[in-house]
Amino acid sequence: MKPRLAVWKFSSCDGCQLTLLDCEDELLDIAEAVEIAYFLEATRTTRAGPYDVSLVEGSISTADEMERIQQIRRDSRILITIGACATAGGIQALRNSRDHDALRASVYPSPQFIEALATSTPIADHVTVDFELRGCPIDKGQLLEAITALLKGRKPAIPDYSQCTECKLAGTACVMVTKGIPCLGPVTQGGCGNLCPQVGRGCYGCFGPKENANTGALVAEMAALGADRRTIRDLFGGFTASAPAFAAERERHDG
Amino acid sequence: MTDKAADGTRTIQVEALARVEGEGRFKVRVEGGKVVRSEFSIFEPPRYFEGLLRGRSFEDAPDVTSRICGICPIAYIMGASKAMEDALGWEIPQPIADLRRLIYCGEWIQSHVLHTHLLHAPDFLGLQDSMELAQSNRSLVENGLQAKKAGNRLMEVIGGRSVHPVNTRVGGFYRAPEQEAIHGLVPELEAAEAMSIAALDAFSGFDFPDLEVDYLFVALRHISDYPITEGRIVSSEGLDIGVADFPDHFEEHQVAHSNALQGATIDGRPYLVGPLARFNLNADRLPPDILALAERAGLAPGCRNPFKSLLARQVETIYAFREAARLAKAYQPPEPSFVEAPLRAGTGHGITEAPRGICYHRYEVAEDGAIVSATIVPPTSQNQRQIELDLIGTVERFHNLDDDDLQWRCEQTIRNYDPCISCATHFLKLDVERG
Repeated sequence: MKPRLAVWKFSSCDGCQLTLLDCEDELLDIAEAVEIAYFLEATRTTRAGPYDVSLVEGSISTADEMERIQQIRRDSRILITIGACATAGGIQALRNSRDHDALRASVYPSPQFIEALATSTPIADHVTVDFELRGCPIDKGQLLEAITALLKGRKPAIPDYSQCTECKLAGTACVMVTKGIPCLGPVTQGGCGNLCPQVGRGCYGCFGPKENANTGALVAEMAALGADRRTIRDLFGGFTASAPAFAAERERHDG
Repeated sequence: MTDKAADGTRTIQVEALARVEGEGRFKVRVEGGKVVRSEFSIFEPPRYFEGLLRGRSFEDAPDVTSRICGICPIAYIMGASKAMEDALGWEIPQPIADLRRLIYCGEWIQSHVLHTHLLHAPDFLGLQDSMELAQSNRSLVENGLQAKKAGNRLMEVIGGRSVHPVNTRVGGFYRAPEQEAIHGLVPELEAAEAMSIAALDAFSGFDFPDLEVDYLFVALRHISDYPITEGRIVSSEGLDIGVADFPDHFEEHQVAHSNALQGATIDGRPYLVGPLARFNLNADRLPPDILALAERAGLAPGCRNPFKSLLARQVETIYAFREAARLAKAYQPPEPSFVEAPLRAGTGHGITEAPRGICYHRYEVAEDGAIVSATIVPPTSQNQRQIELDLIGTVERFHNLDDDDLQWRCEQTIRNYDPCISCATHFLKLDVERG
């Protein structure tokens, strides 16, 4: 029997599940290799669990989502979170350190009708996650590797070194050393293929903090280059803003 | 799900709408062939982008707002960039504007082809999805995937990646792509144009449900080009205004009994943005041979059949390939790749034609470049009310269909819009009671 794949969406932009549809060369083969049991962005057909692999996009930001993820966990043998929203809460997690009522009122004329939690949190805060793919968005190659490996019962070969290492491997000139541009590369997990430094801009951390990120040393270097508090605050306050290592630096530079 | 009561009332309901971007549901109640109650609900959670932008640097607006939608990030990047440049008084040289149009063609292509081939076409053939379509017509799906790939490739070569590109900035691009890299795309773009013409032929043979809607079309219109990145706002009633006048003519309402902000004209009427509106208001801006292809396929200017939006999207795909190949051939790396000038306090407006229709941005910026306020009006918010009216029109026009077929026809009616529910950052739940 074919393994059963499900794709789920929580608070997000759809870009990570779109990455699956963007596997143009592989999509029809994937559709033959697995049974796509639930993938609303692609098909009307919906089949009840259990599922062998669930890909989960998005963060938990409503009471309904808190309930829904529990059922999905119960129905899934392997649960993989995909992208910055699912793994770190996403850009919308910037609300976590703000007054939610004031934020709601700043966007909606009748904020009392808007049902949402005061926080946006990663999936792993709510259920056990078997594997995570970082990025805003995720990398297509990493997605294919993760699905293939987990279906075969091996650990996906996903690097956990820093963006900085990716630049060194690719021979990309360091934007911080050569141009004085603030860059999160030394503290960010690799995986995108050093996209930003390649075009001459600093990494904005969309793959989130690497393990044991030494943000303090990096901040000292940025400050020495002349980066002001707002720049440092907002660089750490990006698409993985509520990942603990980044949230700590952002808060230190707030106000 | 549908159910029929003994008194002849029918309720047609879909809890989770498929083949759309984002999450929505609808419910329609019919009595004696008339819709007495209709709800097109969105359960996409709010993410408060406009609030989160306050206090951040003007430079962050394109990258942050691109996360509103993974399918049309360029629309947000370009709308935000143009609004900031308007606020700051930065003039964009033509070579940078051309490169923006080129990457925008890539977004139109991947977004349109995703919808026409993978999400919408199965409806016309009674199929659940593109995987089933691939079983009956593999070459149509394979060619669609190749065309989509060509659009994504264009975005990757210019932007670094197709979902949330990194090479764009207020003022232009971080680095101009090398000439050979862009010229090298031309053969793929030309081949994909030919495949897209074949797909239009295939789509023209579909059985289009017979429905005419009295739309108020709104789109950009440019002095010479089919509108993508530039133009004035025009309507099928003769409106012709500058981009900065958008708030004087259109507004968003939060409806009673609803959590939604939905667009309407200033005098409270629904309007339509997107491919059908663009085509009808700009058919004379298409190359004559592409307009002839459209007409041969059954899409003539003046078309008011929402189901034929499929054809309008495919015609625009052909145009986007043609335009992309033209721009790619003529490409020379802009020098410098971006412009900058001293900061100043100001307010700016930006509108571009996202794949789903005009997308409006307005920002107020302080002297130090901090964002004071942000307003974004995405296309699906503007279309939301018209989607619901189309739904009522479909139910009343096709009420003789059996329940399953009528439910599917309703879904198809919503998918006519390629609705991007993730985009409509601030509409949540629509609950309209009609007597």
